[in-house]
Amino acid sequence: MQQHFRALARSASLAAMIAATPALALAAGEVSFVQSVEPAGLDPTVSSPVAAGQVTWQNVFEGLVAIDRDGQVQPQLATEWQVSDDGLTYSFTLREGVSFQNGVAFDSATAKFAIERILADDSTNGQKALYAAIDSVEAPDPTTLVLKLSAPSSDLVYWLGFPAAVMVEPSSVDTNGTAPVGTGPFKLDEWRKGDRAIMSAWDGYWGEKPALDRIVARFISDPQAQVAALKSGQVQVVAEFSAPELFDQFASDAAFATHEGTGEMEVVAGMNAERPPFDDIRVRQALMHAIDRNLLIEAVKSGHGTPIGSHFAPGSPFYVDLSGEYGYDPEAAKALLAEAGHPDGFEFTFKVPNRAYAQRSAEIMQAFFAQIGVTANIESSDFPAAWIQDVFQDTNYDMTIIGHAEPLDINIYARDPYYFNYDNPEFDETMTAIAAASTPEERAEGYARAQTIIAHDLPALFLYSEPRLAVWDAGLEGVWENGPVPSNDMTDVHWVNE
Amino acid sequence: MRRLPLSLIIGGAITALLIGAALLSRVWTPADPTAMNVLNRLKGPGEAGLLGADQIGRDVFSIVMAGAWTSLGVAFTATIIGGAVGTLVGVTAAARGGAIERVLMAANGVLFSFPPILSAILLGALMGPGALTSITAIGIFMVPVFARISRAAAMQIWARDFVQAARMAGKGQALITVQHVIPNIQAQIIVQLAIQTGLGILSEAGLSFLGMGVAPPTPSWGRMLADAQTYISAAPHLVLAPGLAIAVAVLGLNLLGDGLRDLTDPRRRQAS
Amino acid sequence: MPFLTRSARRIGGLLAVLLIASLVIFLLIEAAPGDPASIMLGTSAAPDTVAALRAELGLNRPLGVRYLAWLAGLATGDMGVSFTYDTPVAELIGDRLLVTLPLTAMAVVLSVLIALPLGVWAANRPNGAVDTLASVFSQVGIAVPNFWIGLLLILGVALGLGWFTTGGFPGWGAGFAPAMGALVLPAIALAIPQAAVLTRVTRAAVIEVANEDFVRTARAKGMSRGRALWRHTVPNALLPVVTMLGLQIPFLISGAVLVENVFTLPGIGTLAYQALSQRDLIVVQNVVLLFTLIVLLVNFAVDALYSVLDPRLRGRT
Repeated sequence: MQQHFRALARSASLAAMIAATPALALAAGEVSFVQSVEPAGLDPTVSSPVAAGQVTWQNVFEGLVAIDRDGQVQPQLATEWQVSDDGLTYSFTLREGVSFQNGVAFDSATAKFAIERILADDSTNGQKALYAAIDSVEAPDPTTLVLKLSAPSSDLVYWLGFPAAVMVEPSSVDTNGTAPVGTGPFKLDEWRKGDRAIMSAWDGYWGEKPALDRIVARFISDPQAQVAALKSGQVQVVAEFSAPELFDQFASDAAFATHEGTGEMEVVAGMNAERPPFDDIRVRQALMHAIDRNLLIEAVKSGHGTPIGSHFAPGSPFYVDLSGEYGYDPEAAKALLAEAGHPDGFEFTFKVPNRAYAQRSAEIMQAFFAQIGVTANIESSDFPAAWIQDVFQDTNYDMTIIGHAEPLDINIYARDPYYFNYDNPEFDETMTAIAAASTPEERAEGYARAQTIIAHDLPALFLYSEPRLAVWDAGLEGVWENGPVPSNDMTDVHWVNE
Repeated sequence: MRRLPLSLIIGGAITALLIGAALLSRVWTPADPTAMNVLNRLKGPGEAGLLGADQIGRDVFSIVMAGAWTSLGVAFTATIIGGAVGTLVGVTAAARGGAIERVLMAANGVLFSFPPILSAILLGALMGPGALTSITAIGIFMVPVFARISRAAAMQIWARDFVQAARMAGKGQALITVQHVIPNIQAQIIVQLAIQTGLGILSEAGLSFLGMGVAPPTPSWGRMLADAQTYISAAPHLVLAPGLAIAVAVLGLNLLGDGLRDLTDPRRRQAS
Repeated sequence: MPFLTRSARRIGGLLAVLLIASLVIFLLIEAAPGDPASIMLGTSAAPDTVAALRAELGLNRPLGVRYLAWLAGLATGDMGVSFTYDTPVAELIGDRLLVTLPLTAMAVVLSVLIALPLGVWAANRPNGAVDTLASVFSQVGIAVPNFWIGLLLILGVALGLGWFTTGGFPGWGAGFAPAMGALVLPAIALAIPQAAVLTRVTRAAVIEVANEDFVRTARAKGMSRGRALWRHTVPNALLPVVTMLGLQIPFLISGAVLVENVFTLPGIGTLAYQALSQRDLIVVQNVVLLFTLIVLLVNFAVDALYSVLDPRLRGRT
């Protein structure tokens, strides 16, 4: 029924397009979306992966598989795949008749090149670690790609659906950053740096043509300016609206559709487990008990957010609600502190990135810590430069706060080295077990166990999950409501009544 | 008795008020400037405190009061340090002349050609945000200002008869500088201290606005404005108080500087 | 010709200052903590990936080599390639200047349009109503931070009246009017403190010139007050005004960094700020050096103008 209506709407819009003057038709098939952070380059397989993917993933670049709007893996350039019983061999059947936007055909050789490029010693793919289990890549015939793994990795296909693993064409890799060449439905026309990237529908696309003729990514970082751009009609979609206090005005405005969806961003206050007193689990638990996360969310995010008790966001397919584990309880916090030998509290340095959400959260946490006698001295850290160096690389910190945006990234707590300096063999074993899982149930069980372990160990104070606040023109359909992958997939977006 | 210049009276009054508020904030504010109260979040003037409450429900009036301490403290410390170094450079250049003067003033010229905020941001990147960074960045930029003014003033003194007489009497350059030059240029330096402290408050606010100033929860007018921008349509009152505080403080110090100048150098009174 | 040799020496001095400045800038930026490669790769990158990117960006070359390579490039007009944007820095700066230059130019024009009439009028009738207004304006204008004026304009004009946008830049491709429209409020915010300074200088200069002998003589010969003002006083009072305009350039640039930030304009100040926080070292180096060069050139031009317009200054240093 819905599908039927959409088809009708599409044919109606087609008729309208034929009837209208060419210039108007072009305008009707155009959508501008806001991207707050301008990517460094447009190639999601090198450097700054998140922002690049938010512009070009699915629009310009496609992968062997893709994560859909519900977080499920879907075939894309691979039509199907088999996994051997030992979980060490993945055979993909590739789609035929696909070519890149520079005319080169896509086949198993290009796929092999793209995957091997991620794994190469001189690879600059920021997500390389996710694909580390791949030992070798074979292309027995043009439509078959075989991945041999050194150890089972049950999430591998999921990761292959991510922006970091999109298929690239060998001759274009040096220029993909500024002139991306993908297999997607849109190709880049122009990138006006600091301002916008313009993409238009590409004739040679292998799949169903998108409804839109042109999509424009507008790089507007200031929420106030985003509001202005929406209201003046300069942009039609803001997938991740960063100012919750300005969000509610759109909910009551009939000209706009809004959705408070689930994102993948978890804001956590990591602690350096190698530095006393944070090496004492009771101290970490006490600090967790000290914070009223609902109040924190109210103050920092105008109430738009969900308290979390472990590292997964409610939108994650493996989410377990553990937010009640160490709830707000100053008395329990004080008792734990006394037990740990700090009845009068202690003092530490809170290294906070100079970003609004982090600074505001830190100020509130500071006030909560003061209630249990703990003094947090806030030290601003120039983000990202100084923070990455100081906290992330040199682990020269007591406590910090940061949002982790990558989905399914609970494995960071098993990484060594990683800035928490957290080490729990039981957790590491759980991660290995998840990788070796052969059934979805086994994986889910593993992830549940992993979440429970860190909810108890608290390598970081789990604060809140940021919602994905989306606003778009009410005349549009097909905008992603949730954000299983940070992206602006415009391929299904279309105007309803024009 | 000569009538006091009007600017001196107004400027002095504002500055006294500012210093008074800053000092008072150390012992008393209407509410704890760091105590949040989410129930009062973004409430307007009157609904919660005299000037309303900020994004986490802190009393704006109290933060503005406490912010005076930060602003004045950073600006004044920076000006004193920059003023001392700059004056030293200036009087040395004037006393020694020759190659030393040329080198000093050339270095001064290089320093003068860096756009202030940009070099401050560079320093912020180097040292990390914080009070020390602000003081250093603002202080460094004041050095060439004081160096130029004190050199010009000192050179005039050096040309005067009584200094020449002291030289004839065999007094050394350093002694003459301390005994004759500095006492005679100190009025001009004090005038500049007032005016530059005002500019220092502006710079501090700018740096804090860009996230390079003092760390929270130390109240800062510049950071208040940065926060206020986020809530500009939800809580416009947050934009007014800190900006007014900055403007009034700078105005007061400028007027004080002008007034002092008029007082010590009456010839300039009609010209400016 | 002494004028030419002096000019040659001054240009030499300018280059020397620029060279020193380049070294200072380079060392400052290098000394700042933060590694461009790890910033670009984000928090999930493995150490070997970071090392690979460092190699690709040429960051593992020795410090001296990188400095000299930068200078050698500059000598041939090549500013290098931005780490993060992967495009030539010159192109990037050129794009951003298309925002910042019109913005600052508009601010300068606006401030002169406010300051000249106000200052002259105030000087013409000292202690009159306009003079009082002018002195209040100049005192208050200097004291008010330009980024706060920007916020007030957003609040009152953009949000309140609905005129102009609260920020952002549609690009020149969107047409002349929308692009200029986006610059109006930022230019006003930038212009007000400048206008305040200039008003003060204009007034003082006009009063001073009006008391000079040649103006008194002209008046004594029966020239009307207004005619004397426009024929003799104002033209001769322009020199200090122009000088002050030049001396304000560093502050105008500083102001632009803040005002572009308030209005989220993709100008050169924003570029410098972003590049610095991303540690896009090559971009920061070039932008700061460019700003320094602009300041030096303007000072140079002001000095030259001085010696051309005011013969008494020739031969002085």
